[in-house]
Amino acid sequence: MSTATTAENTQEKVNYLNVARGIKSWLFTMDHKRIGILYLFSVMAMFLFGGILALSIRLELLSPGADMMTADTYNQVFTLHGAIMIFLFIIPSVPAILGNFALPIQIGAKDVAFPRLNLASWYVYIAGAALAIYAIIAGSVDTGWTFYTPYSTQASGAVITMVLAVFILGFSSIFTGINFIATIHKLRAPGMTWYKMPLFVWGLYATGIIQVLATPVLGITLVLLILERAFGIGIFDPAMGGDPVLFQHFFWFYSHPAVYIMILPGMGVISELISTFSHRKIFGYKAIAYSSVAIAFLSFGVWGHHMFVSGQSQYATLIFSFLTFLVAIPSGVKMFNWVSTMYKGSLTFETPMLFTLTFFFTFAIGGLTGIFLGATATDVHLTDTYFIVAHFHYVMMGGTIMAFFGGLYYWWPKIWGRMYNEAWGQISALLVFLGFNLTFFPQFIAGTQGMPRRYFLYPDKYQMLNVVSTTGSWILALGLVVMAVVLIHAMKWGRKAGKNPWGALTLEWMIDSPPPPHNFEETPKIEHGPYDHDKVLVKPDKYSGEA
Amino acid sequence: MSHGGDRPAFLQHHFSDAEQQRESAKLGMWIFLLTEILLFGGLFGFYVFFRAWNPEMFINAHEHLNRVLGGINTVVLIVSSLTIALAIRSIQLNEKKKTMWFLATTILLAVVFLVIKYFEYEHKFHLGQLPGQFYTYTGIEGTNPHIFFSVYFAMTGLHGLHVIFGILAIGWVLWRTKKGEFSAEYHTPVEMVGLYWHLVDIIWIFLFPLLYLIG
Ligand code: HEM
Ligand SMILES: [Cu+2]
Repeated sequence: MSTATTAENTQEKVNYLNVARGIKSWLFTMDHKRIGILYLFSVMAMFLFGGILALSIRLELLSPGADMMTADTYNQVFTLHGAIMIFLFIIPSVPAILGNFALPIQIGAKDVAFPRLNLASWYVYIAGAALAIYAIIAGSVDTGWTFYTPYSTQASGAVITMVLAVFILGFSSIFTGINFIATIHKLRAPGMTWYKMPLFVWGLYATGIIQVLATPVLGITLVLLILERAFGIGIFDPAMGGDPVLFQHFFWFYSHPAVYIMILPGMGVISELISTFSHRKIFGYKAIAYSSVAIAFLSFGVWGHHMFVSGQSQYATLIFSFLTFLVAIPSGVKMFNWVSTMYKGSLTFETPMLFTLTFFFTFAIGGLTGIFLGATATDVHLTDTYFIVAHFHYVMMGGTIMAFFGGLYYWWPKIWGRMYNEAWGQISALLVFLGFNLTFFPQFIAGTQGMPRRYFLYPDKYQMLNVVSTTGSWILALGLVVMAVVLIHAMKWGRKAGKNPWGALTLEWMIDSPPPPHNFEETPKIEHGPYDHDKVLVKPDKYSGEA
Repeated sequence: MSHGGDRPAFLQHHFSDAEQQRESAKLGMWIFLLTEILLFGGLFGFYVFFRAWNPEMFINAHEHLNRVLGGINTVVLIVSSLTIALAIRSIQLNEKKKTMWFLATTILLAVVFLVIKYFEYEHKFHLGQLPGQFYTYTGIEGTNPHIFFSVYFAMTGLHGLHVIFGILAIGWVLWRTKKGEFSAEYHTPVEMVGLYWHLVDIIWIFLFPLLYLIG
């Protein structure tokens, strides 16, 4: 100890980034913060890959005819785009990156409950990603990311390899869920009661519940699909007395809750950002916390709305439609509370807040169009049109991913100890907003006019809308490139950040940026709630004063 | 990063005391077991649907499972659950030798289970009572009897895999017991593996009547 104090003044303080160096110190790390960073780089690499595929789909759709690819290639490209975005990007994005980094600190813990399992989950993720990429080389897949039977049991291509990859990725997701739930239950610092937990933690808690309850069901369904393909066991094959629609039931029993695995952590991020940038106590804390858990449980009752046209009975359709509307209630509660928090708050518009506002705009559109789809009459008209494509991009990209980007900007100074360039950050947010809406809004119109999804040729009358959409995708891509440059630049060359650039009240802002190896030198004392802006005033310190 | 001298070696740095560490491990294990139950739950779901659609075929086909062997296996697993429980008790009393014997017996019983299962499978292979397209047997009335065997092999096969994992896990704690890593003070891994093994046992206790007995 005594030797370190003299060195401290001249050298950089010990933090989790400089405490050990070299590739091995990263590959064998058990520090939740470093594992978050391992996830950051691997998940973003997959996002880049999925994004390039998206751009090439949009390029192909620029004109009505076949220009760049064959029909077969097109089918493979949209399948890969979907599968990568869902299983390798959006599901791990917020929990595994931001959650891993922030959750233990936010509850005053030194680490997650099972650091080794945490590292294992990353390796499992890498194994799944490698296998998915290998599947492309080994013949690729054109089934769509949902692997619907009976097509998926008969189509040529590396379906087994791809399905196995998804199965393995499921373990990664389960491990993260188990770890978070146990951490939240057992590792909260003294005084960190359930109602003093930040809402991001509540969001991750609800997500954890879904991850452990839903993923195993997908797992077993995929195993049966593999057995069907490898051995022809016949349970999905109508010619052998099996039932292909059963696959859809089991698949959506997972995959509908999975959309909440995607959105709940994003909503958690939004709650943090709203309070911080409104400089105001969050309105209806408990309502927001409970609505997350309510959504988690309700999400298990609505899978049938993906199957309105699959031939299920009309009663089932009616019930699923009703239950679907029910989920809108807790989501509405959240929206109401967020807006109330902003109302009369003194808002500032730093980059994370711009993404938050984008989230409100796009997620609201996504949610409203979801109601069109939950109503059976309109759904029959809109199913498998571009309306669906627009809807789920508004929800997933306009919802979760905007929250994720906002969260990245928000925690970036904490993660690296350096500030990003605010002006360029805002430019990136504006470009993303413009590009996103330009890309996906025309698709609502094309969809209502009847343009089918997953087709690579289309009648001339849709061309105008597609040209707008493809142009939008390039503006969006430009926005993302600017964002990447801003963030990467900040990692090394940004000005040194202070402890608390935003004047926030949750625990991660009370420790150094970047945090020390075990987060807290001594067990933190919890003196106020996470959003007590009405009682406590902290002055933001964007820069640490050092050059 | 040294901590206070009174921290026992098994206590990981991020826990404040042994109690917290044990509680966390237990909770984590319970959640994991829940995911295992749900994994089989999916298969039970498939069982229910196919049984509802082909009630007579299921009744006819289930007659072809060997109740005696299935029954013996049930007893074998229940006894093995007992021996692993005794192993946990022994380590709590610091009786290392006994613990090792009980763990070894549990492994032995698990192997017996697999051997019996092997003979059951072998017999079915021989008769052609196989899943799906490999089904060649002609003696069962009703539509698509192969579906029953698809479900049977999927369920018992997955369970069998769990038995194999169980053997590996018990072997691992046996080895660590031998090295003297566990004591009355710290034996969480033994307890966790014990919990897992009880689950393997319980799942079989559901599979057995469902497949072999219900007519
Ligand atoms: C970077 C901007 C993006 C663009 C330009 C884009 C574009 C597209 C296009 C053109 C399709 C094909 C639609 C069809 O023919 O059915 C598609 C499908 C899809 N996209 Fe995106 N996308 C983007 C980002 C994302 C993100 C962030 C996600 C999820 C996190 C996502 C998830 C999906 C899924 C699940 C499908 C369905 C694939 C299938 O039908 O099997 N996309 N996207
Ligand atoms: Cu759904």
